[in-house]
Amino acid sequence: MITTLQPIFARHQGQAGSLLPILHDIQHELGYVPEEAVPLVAQELNLSRAEVHGVITYYSHFRRTPPGKHVVQVCCAEACQANGSEALAAHAAKRAQKGDVTIEPVYCLGLCSIGPNIQIDESELHAQVTQKKFDALMDELGDAK
Amino acid sequence: MSVTLYIPGDAAARALGADKVAAAIAATAQQQGIKINIVRNGSRGLFWLEPLVEVATAQGRIAYGPVTVADVPKLFSADFLHGGKHALCLGDIATHPYLAKQQRVSLRRVGIVDPRSLAEYLAHGGGKGLAAARKLKSAAIVQQVTDSGLRGRGGAAFPTGIKWKTVLDTASDQKYIVCNADEGDSGTFSDRMLMEGDPYCLIEGMAIAGLAVGATRGYIYVRSEYPHAITALESALANAGDWLGDFRIEVRKGAGSYVCGEETAMLESIEGKRGIVRSKPPLPAVSGLFGQPTVINNVITFASVPDILAQGAAFYSELGVGRSRGTLPFQLAGNIKFGGLVEVPFGSTLRELLYDYGGGSRSGRPLRAVQVGGPLGAYLPESQFDTVLDYEAFSAIGAALGHGGIVAFDDTVDMAKQARYAMQFCANESCGKCTPCRIGSTRGVEVIDRIRAGHKEQIPLLRSLCDTMTHGSMCAMGGMTPYPVLSALEHFGEDFE
Repeated sequence: MITTLQPIFARHQGQAGSLLPILHDIQHELGYVPEEAVPLVAQELNLSRAEVHGVITYYSHFRRTPPGKHVVQVCCAEACQANGSEALAAHAAKRAQKGDVTIEPVYCLGLCSIGPNIQIDESELHAQVTQKKFDALMDELGDAK
Repeated sequence: MSVTLYIPGDAAARALGADKVAAAIAATAQQQGIKINIVRNGSRGLFWLEPLVEVATAQGRIAYGPVTVADVPKLFSADFLHGGKHALCLGDIATHPYLAKQQRVSLRRVGIVDPRSLAEYLAHGGGKGLAAARKLKSAAIVQQVTDSGLRGRGGAAFPTGIKWKTVLDTASDQKYIVCNADEGDSGTFSDRMLMEGDPYCLIEGMAIAGLAVGATRGYIYVRSEYPHAITALESALANAGDWLGDFRIEVRKGAGSYVCGEETAMLESIEGKRGIVRSKPPLPAVSGLFGQPTVINNVITFASVPDILAQGAAFYSELGVGRSRGTLPFQLAGNIKFGGLVEVPFGSTLRELLYDYGGGSRSGRPLRAVQVGGPLGAYLPESQFDTVLDYEAFSAIGAALGHGGIVAFDDTVDMAKQARYAMQFCANESCGKCTPCRIGSTRGVEVIDRIRAGHKEQIPLLRSLCDTMTHGSMCAMGGMTPYPVLSALEHFGEDFE
């Protein structure tokens, strides 16, 4: 763990308020923020473990367990609701039971005229996603375990 | 000679397949031995036409859209690289009625320039505001902003000049400029479009604010849901050279907390803490980031500043109505046929936006309810569609313009369910510091559930709970959650029976 964290700590040396940037880097590297990282981050930033734990658990973006092979965020905010996102979210959750994909709700991807929208692995966006289109995207992704 | 094409790199265009279209066009051109230059511009904000491919010709930028990968071979055989005729051809995009009717000020370069090129930004009129500000004393810059009548575009509509003056008048060795780019309201995307399509405009606005109050450090707090905006800002900053002088900007990524859009929660988050709302006073203008005087404004607020400095305060204050001066980029979203970005001066009506621009619902069914101003905004029925779009007119009907997001719902919407969602969202996102918000929202979900189960006698209890939340919450999270709840109850009471 420390060998993973050291270069991250080095990058943020001297940066004011660096806890969130460090946690982002850890999650970017490992896909989540493992429990073992908490005391090391606390020591590095001269914080208590409770403070670091508090921040990790406060922000819904940070995961404390490893995600599936892919993370699929389904927008569940009002503008997507107006275009049927609830049915899509339910469909996505059902499909994910069979696959190695983590489905997360997200409250707005900022593509509100063309919903319902999803984002795959925090980079790839898809708009006007029907259940059929969702299945095709998952097939393409190879979501099976 | 190579032909220049514009294919948006905007997140919405990408979500509709712009990357694949760009790759297909590049590959076909290469096969045919044609030299092309593809610019990944921002989006014009006509989302039903995305991916919108524009070709620079002597007759203007001829647009084709919406283009799919399957259309690409036919576009080449129609000689679209020279503006050739094709079923998808829209002509010179600047003359499209949706754009021609608008008055773009803050977003006038979005969709036009290459967002990564400072040279192009400067060639399209950028940089003049900063150059003008460098010749002025701090107080004179603040005066210009005050005279323009600019009010905060994040939602609270506080006069920008007054905020800046407070920071200017507070003595400190270190002051900060913080841009709130935590655009969490559903139905809003103008901040995202500006950051992705014209990031230098925001950067310039912040640098001007720095000169106005004597700050040399700036932060842009961008939500984690906007990875493309973060990339666009970081690459713009990396290419800025010495244009900003000694003003330095750091981009900070949020972490999925809606309440971090509240300015003091955002400051906590930048400082590396949980995003818990602070008590006011002290105002952030006096004691903000790291305890220092801090200007906090929204993306569009900062992006409005360069033109005010370049063209004078009067240019801006002449636009708009009443105390709402200038323009607001409205965002047409939800169940709407022609959704997109409509920047117009204050003073038009909701009906004009929904029908003249939006063309009614996407589903073809009648529009029943419209939520204006995000999850904390009121739901308006058809009878209120003629309300004038300005801050005061909205406040008079118990609503808020907020950040200008307009989410349309057709007649299949269950408004009691939407009211429940508003409470549930507040329960999920409450920072937990004050009781009315933290506990009131959970009780609100329960009360609405009981009402929906047939207990009409609980309606006065819901109203009373909303009253407590409105008057007892520390910030807009708990304080404005009653807006969608009470407006749903008021105008769509039949859904609660």
